[in-house]
Amino acid sequence: MSLITEATAPPAVGFRVTRSQRNVAWTGVVALAVVVVLALFPYIVYSGTTAILVQAFIVLTLASMWNLLAGYAGLVSVGQQGFLGLGAYFVLIMALHGLSPFAALPIAAIACGVAALPLWWLVSRLRSGYFAIATWVLAATIMLIIERFTSIGGGSGLPLPGLAGLSPTLLTAYTYWAGLAVTVLAMLTVYLLLRSRLGLVLTAIRDDEVAARSSGARVGLARMLVFVVAGIGCGAAGAVLAISQLQVQPEAVFTVTWTAEMAFATIIGGLGTIEGPIIGTAVYMVLQQTLASYNAWYLIILGLVAIVVALFARRGLWGMVDSRLHLRLFPVGYWLRSPNGDGKRGSRRE
Amino acid sequence: MAWVNAIIQGILTGGLYALFACGLSLMFGVMKVVNLAHGDLAVVAGYIAIGIIFVTHVPVLWSVVIVVPIMALIGYVLQRTVIQSALDRGVLTTLIVTLGLSLVIENGLLQFFTANTRGIGPGMTLVTGSFTLGPQIEIGYLLLVIFAVAVAVLLGLQYFLSGSKYGRLIRAVADDKEAAQLAGADYRHVFGIASALALGTVALGGIAYGMYSSLDPTAGTDTILLFAFVAVVIGGLGSLWGTLIGGIVLGVAQQIGAQINISDEVLAGYIVFLAVLVLRPQGLTFRRAQT
Repeated sequence: MSLITEATAPPAVGFRVTRSQRNVAWTGVVALAVVVVLALFPYIVYSGTTAILVQAFIVLTLASMWNLLAGYAGLVSVGQQGFLGLGAYFVLIMALHGLSPFAALPIAAIACGVAALPLWWLVSRLRSGYFAIATWVLAATIMLIIERFTSIGGGSGLPLPGLAGLSPTLLTAYTYWAGLAVTVLAMLTVYLLLRSRLGLVLTAIRDDEVAARSSGARVGLARMLVFVVAGIGCGAAGAVLAISQLQVQPEAVFTVTWTAEMAFATIIGGLGTIEGPIIGTAVYMVLQQTLASYNAWYLIILGLVAIVVALFARRGLWGMVDSRLHLRLFPVGYWLRSPNGDGKRGSRRE
Repeated sequence: MAWVNAIIQGILTGGLYALFACGLSLMFGVMKVVNLAHGDLAVVAGYIAIGIIFVTHVPVLWSVVIVVPIMALIGYVLQRTVIQSALDRGVLTTLIVTLGLSLVIENGLLQFFTANTRGIGPGMTLVTGSFTLGPQIEIGYLLLVIFAVAVAVLLGLQYFLSGSKYGRLIRAVADDKEAAQLAGADYRHVFGIASALALGTVALGGIAYGMYSSLDPTAGTDTILLFAFVAVVIGGLGSLWGTLIGGIVLGVAQQIGAQINISDEVLAGYIVFLAVLVLRPQGLTFRRAQT
């Protein structure tokens, strides 16, 4: 399954191609350290803090997936809440049949990836804006179909069974670790995907779809793969949501607000960079936590900030950092370094 | 007879959906903008009408005369400011900005006017009245009027776009805005006019929906935007009469669905939409090289 046709470039004399301008070995060490410290959190902080972090993990996973869709594959989906809801409901269904929700989580995520294939077939022929609303209609259709089944709660949903045996402390910790694992896996997948051959194709599509096509990139296949991966990621986030909320309610998991949140976190942080969703999620969580007592205000402000960023700072907050420091925490592009310089004026391909 | 009634009701509600859809279709046809805030703007129009009726006690139908120009003005300003600058930055930005507008409007309405549902002119003879047409067939005056308005709007738009001087200008800009610019047309102004027209129809759609059913902050996305979009896709992208056919197909599908099982009304419409997407993605009325 080759995504692009082979092309050999003549070796340029003296030039070196590197992944990043600075030594990034330390970012790997720091990332690992951050994950280890985060993993120890249930031993250190109150359960209220881990609950907030679980929410952040869900948003970060969703934002990373949406970034992959819109930032790289050029697929602006407004229907990712469909996969989130499917993930939550798959966990609920398996839990109703006696499986532990934690064991059901990976199965639910994979099932969402499988479900993404026929859904892709339905919407793949539509472009840009029409793709956006068609995915939205799909999500609404999935919700209406699920609401028909009274055995899984119909229109009002059901509490999630199978977790009553756990002590509250243990449940909070397990939920937290599940959320952390999903997020780390999601980020790692996006990172490795973008460093792979597929990543090269996706970056080419992001920059110029027509040019990518004419260079032999199999745009349709690359897009389908991204749609499936995003389905798995959003499904896993939905599964974590079901476990952390201890109940599944159709209106709550299938609301378009989820897609608005993941899209705006990505836009604010910086679309088309891996770092963007992290920054955007941080901004989102700060807004949400500080304005939590003012009902819908955080969504209004989130929407306004996203509009302003989309219009005036297209590369988002991370783009502002990057344009000054040329910093890459997750190097997925390439730098061309000239033989005499130290790379400061190297041209960048990413 | 119940089935005949379902089909008749479906055709008539199709007029309402066509009214939702023609603004979306017009904005896409002229500016290639898919306005995700379309439905929320319709709800805003409905809320403005409710506010005007509440404050000034004008008759319900008079509010139309006030709200349509207000929304047209909002449309022009919105296009010349936010949407145009989003357009200059690409399709993705347009989607993000209109999605942002949608979120801001919906939650703003929720914040200031609560989640309560509001109707326009409840208890009016026009809203509640109906006449019978044989056993089990009862036709509401309101739906009949809405259908007539939808057809009139579509006829008017059709005549305006194909017959008038300004309509020709809009079509020229839609075809090739740079060439039109070279020929002396200010395409940004023309876009503004097209957007004003679109939001004028959106205002009619919002008020009609407020009278037919009721408005709440989420009606814009859950109902109006999605139904408008489904009608546009079923009918064929960028075709005005296609939106009427699309609206009617959607309306009939929903009424037949409701006839089978009352809770399947909306689902039936979406299933027909998905079937059209699979079998005839170019829509039911697609013609090659149309302007």
